[in-house]
Amino acid sequence: MTLERVSYTLDSTLDSVNKAEQTAEALAAKMPFDNESCHRIAMAVREAAVNAVLHGNAYDPNKKVTVSFENTGDSLVIKISDQGRGLKDEDIPNPLAEENLLKQSGRGIFLIRSFMDEVRIRNLEPGTEITLVKHIGQSSGTATEGQQ
Amino acid sequence: MTMKASSRRVDGVTILDLSGRITLGEGSVVLRDQIRDLLGKSEKKILLNLGDVTYIDSSGIGELVSAFTTVRNQGGELKLLNLTKKVHDLLQITKLYTVFDVKDDEASAIKAFAK
Repeated sequence: MTLERVSYTLDSTLDSVNKAEQTAEALAAKMPFDNESCHRIAMAVREAAVNAVLHGNAYDPNKKVTVSFENTGDSLVIKISDQGRGLKDEDIPNPLAEENLLKQSGRGIFLIRSFMDEVRIRNLEPGTEITLVKHIGQSSGTATEGQQ
Repeated sequence: MTMKASSRRVDGVTILDLSGRITLGEGSVVLRDQIRDLLGKSEKKILLNLGDVTYIDSSGIGELVSAFTTVRNQGGELKLLNLTKKVHDLLQITKLYTVFDVKDDEASAIKAFAK
């Protein structure tokens, strides 16, 4: 059962990243999540939006980012998609590996997976859709991961 | 709130007091510019006071790592001071807590720099 669903089509800009983050935090705050969970949801959405704007669409003004938020009653489901070149699982480095520990980038997906209960990445050809799920009444932990 | 930075010198150590958000875009750029300016003035003992940093994202973490390696590669030292719980947790999750030299007391942090 969907209690509330909103979606936005946004430009590939940092302003869009901020809007997605702020919307996530506001919606999460209206649901029975604790402050820590709200913070983690907002941060996961920010990271996913950065990936879409920066790595996916590469700030291309002709490419859009779509963000949707759905309160299903027992979960908050967020989908973020871009129109970029796509994201392959093998392209995602393990930032905890010794050889990657001091790299400047490559921690976004890892943080998303750390903060959300479920994370699914789907190749749209072109583009990528990432689905983030946070269940109500479940503490933050390692997410179940899936490729579609 | 965007990031603000101010610096002061204590016993040969440059303390960079940061506040606000270190995120992709302005916050990361401010930090990068500050570190570059300090190294340009041969100020290579740098203590980053993160006590008033309210938020940091993966780009901000990357900027901290970059600052750490840049300073170290130039023969300097960079330490972190006064982590908030959120920043502390992020560094723990990303296994960076043991990479950085993290202090919670300014006086002892200054003493910990090589003479």
